[in-house]
Amino acid sequence: MKMPEELLKIDYTLPKKSWLEPTVEFRKGTYCYSASAKCQEYLGLPNPRQWQPYEEDWKLPENWKKTILEGMKERLNKYRSFRLFLDICVRCGACADKCHFYIGSGDPKNMPVLRAELLRSVYRKNFTLAGKLFGKFAGARELTEDVVKEWFYYFYQCTECRRCSVFCPYGIDTCEITMMGRELLDLVGCNIDWVLDPAAKCYRTGNHLGVPPHAFKPAIETAVEDVETITGIRVEAPINRKGAEVLFIAPSADYFAMPHWFTLLGYLMLFHEIGLDYTWSAYASEGGNFGLFHSMELAKRLNAKIYAEAKRLGVKWILGGECGHMWRGIHQYMDTFNGPADFLEEPVSPITGTRFENAKSTKMIHICEFTADLLNNNKLKLKPSRNDQWKVTFHDSCNPARSMGLIEEPRYIIKNVCHYFYDMPENTIKERTFCCGSGAGLGADENMEMRLRGGFPRANAVKYVHEKYGVNLLACICAIDKAAFPPLLEYWVPGVEVAGVHELVGNALVMKGEKERTTDLRGEPLRAEEGKGGV
Amino acid sequence: MNALYSLSAVIILVLFVLMGVGGLGLYSLFGVIIPYAAVVTFIAGFIYRLFKWARAPVPFHIPIVCGQQKSLPWIKANNIDSPSNTAGVIARMALEVLLFRSLFRNERVELKAGQKLVYRGNKYLWLGALAFHWSLLIILLRHASRLFTEPVSSLAVPTLYITDIIILIALTYLFVRRVIYPQIRYISLPSDYFAVLLLLGVAISGVLMRLFYKVDVVAVKELAMGVLTFHPVIPEGVGLPVYIHLFLVSTLLAYFPFSKLMHAAGIFLSPTRNLKNNSRMRRHINPWDYSVKVHTYEEWEDEFREAIKGVGLPLEKE
Repeated sequence: MKMPEELLKIDYTLPKKSWLEPTVEFRKGTYCYSASAKCQEYLGLPNPRQWQPYEEDWKLPENWKKTILEGMKERLNKYRSFRLFLDICVRCGACADKCHFYIGSGDPKNMPVLRAELLRSVYRKNFTLAGKLFGKFAGARELTEDVVKEWFYYFYQCTECRRCSVFCPYGIDTCEITMMGRELLDLVGCNIDWVLDPAAKCYRTGNHLGVPPHAFKPAIETAVEDVETITGIRVEAPINRKGAEVLFIAPSADYFAMPHWFTLLGYLMLFHEIGLDYTWSAYASEGGNFGLFHSMELAKRLNAKIYAEAKRLGVKWILGGECGHMWRGIHQYMDTFNGPADFLEEPVSPITGTRFENAKSTKMIHICEFTADLLNNNKLKLKPSRNDQWKVTFHDSCNPARSMGLIEEPRYIIKNVCHYFYDMPENTIKERTFCCGSGAGLGADENMEMRLRGGFPRANAVKYVHEKYGVNLLACICAIDKAAFPPLLEYWVPGVEVAGVHELVGNALVMKGEKERTTDLRGEPLRAEEGKGGV
Repeated sequence: MNALYSLSAVIILVLFVLMGVGGLGLYSLFGVIIPYAAVVTFIAGFIYRLFKWARAPVPFHIPIVCGQQKSLPWIKANNIDSPSNTAGVIARMALEVLLFRSLFRNERVELKAGQKLVYRGNKYLWLGALAFHWSLLIILLRHASRLFTEPVSSLAVPTLYITDIIILIALTYLFVRRVIYPQIRYISLPSDYFAVLLLLGVAISGVLMRLFYKVDVVAVKELAMGVLTFHPVIPEGVGLPVYIHLFLVSTLLAYFPFSKLMHAAGIFLSPTRNLKNNSRMRRHINPWDYSVKVHTYEEWEDEFREAIKGVGLPLEKE
């Protein structure tokens, strides 16, 4: 891996050649490997085969061109967003330097406008009068195999973070373009492994990591033991329990990866302390949805288990854990995909009595909404001093920020459970937050250089608060963030750790009958004055 | 290069009038037939494009949220950037359409000293775009009011309106930025230059005919009223500059529905801006929804039955 100084020699000069001529170089470190034939077959997807992007022959099906153009036509008629966003861009360039991949790579085709033009040019050639008449002068071009390769490279170099759309005067959403582009690529069997492998596992076992029920239960039990070691309290963590009031669904990384694990401990401690009548599910054991990074159809297929399981278990409503794209799925798609959830009730917090009217149709609320409400009603006893080793900043994950507007809830929680909180500069948080660079299925190891480049704007803002305030912890509410940030920050701004918001809650939470805590949830010893100190 | 193609195209359009009207005297063609054809193309094309968009459904609820959601009552929701009701959407759209709010957010990022990103507000594009669109609107309204209300006198003093100056400056800026900023030049298509140069042609010809050629305003109004009342006449004394202006406007109208200029209508239909952020409060229906193959609980239990039993989790079927 290159040193940071090397990577930062970003070349923003533009090529002589027009972007209309497709060129793409599959340079190691900047793309993801293809999906295996096995995954594609398991999910019943078209053209399963062994191939790799760096190979000359992509083994496209014989009628690939017709298939893609027909797929395009179908989607033009099914999605107003698609047709509109292909038609109305004026190429004003306001989006150009809003993309973390463009900022970090200098590749002009990573300007959102050009990413979309890669598709628009083919649309014009085949579906518009001006394109048919004037060809290149109207920005139209033939669909060739090189164009398909270019699509693959750049649509899997977009994290669907929607930041550019905030700045677009017409709200053109590159995420929609990328989603459609990826669907078209799928029609001819061009997918990446880092999306389809988890999706296939999720379809089979219920979660992306492929954790079967006989591994799920021990994982949760281990967390219960960890909580006991730290607090001396044995908490309940029921699984597949019928008749519980609430079904809790978290991203699977929470019970299998670090530092997600500590967030899981936080959830378990919180639920125990408030006496929540809830259950986990080993079937609906995933809140995230890698189907969203592939196609609307696969997203719907993977999402179906959430309502199905809520119905089977007979719960009243659903609570969801810390995860970014999971909440894009829950907030903007689930009810449409698999609703109506008329067998559930409008969520009401059994502790505070608060009705969550904002979720009265979908019947699922975000754990930050739930905890913020608990805090606001003074239902938790806290010792924020137990987080005094941390100077915290908060990273708004793209989807909760720009697709939900979940901005103040997590901040409110952090400010309640920590003494030291510092926001990053306004240009880089809330609706203008920068992606971690690994979202939308791009977190593959082989894609590391591009991930580091894409994550640079975020890391740079972290570096700012690290240097200015001594920030040493980045809190976030997304499982992909928690996986992507540790290596990213290690590379760009060493000395900053990553944690979930509910890990901080767990640290500060004073549980009835707990033993005197000597360590935080990570097992790091608390300084004596931290453990005992005032609130 | 792309700019030159487009400049040539606009020059050819002007030469076309010089030849057609100045050389061949095709007054009816340029004064009546082409404008009629252009208006018909504009209206039909505009409706056709709107229809195409409107016919495509909005299957999913995909607003871009730019502010705090409405959730807990004690957290102040931002009803403009995250509208949860119709009033909020109207406010958001009005600010977008009238004041180009999203563009106002524009900022420029720069890599300083090879390692630090610096963000600076950059309102020039917003200012240029706003100046152009508002001047255009006012000029259009002025044209309309001249035609329908005020009697015109041939003795009227030629005035240079402030909007004329603004629109010329704004269009020049919008053109120049495409040429001088390498990034913008790289993404610009010939059609991008064409649109702005054609508009510039319309504006320049309009200003010139008022200021320098001192066209016969009464004759112009007679021509215009004739066309509008479907009793076209070709009055004497309508000079060549008027025909140039008219032809460029006709080209613009006919070109409009087939070009990116349709953004004027498209913005109203943009689903990331015109939807409420209420997707958990109200179910959004996908009209073409279809059932998909899923892995049901029963299939899952069948597949993992022994394992589930092994760890003592409950089963539906023993």
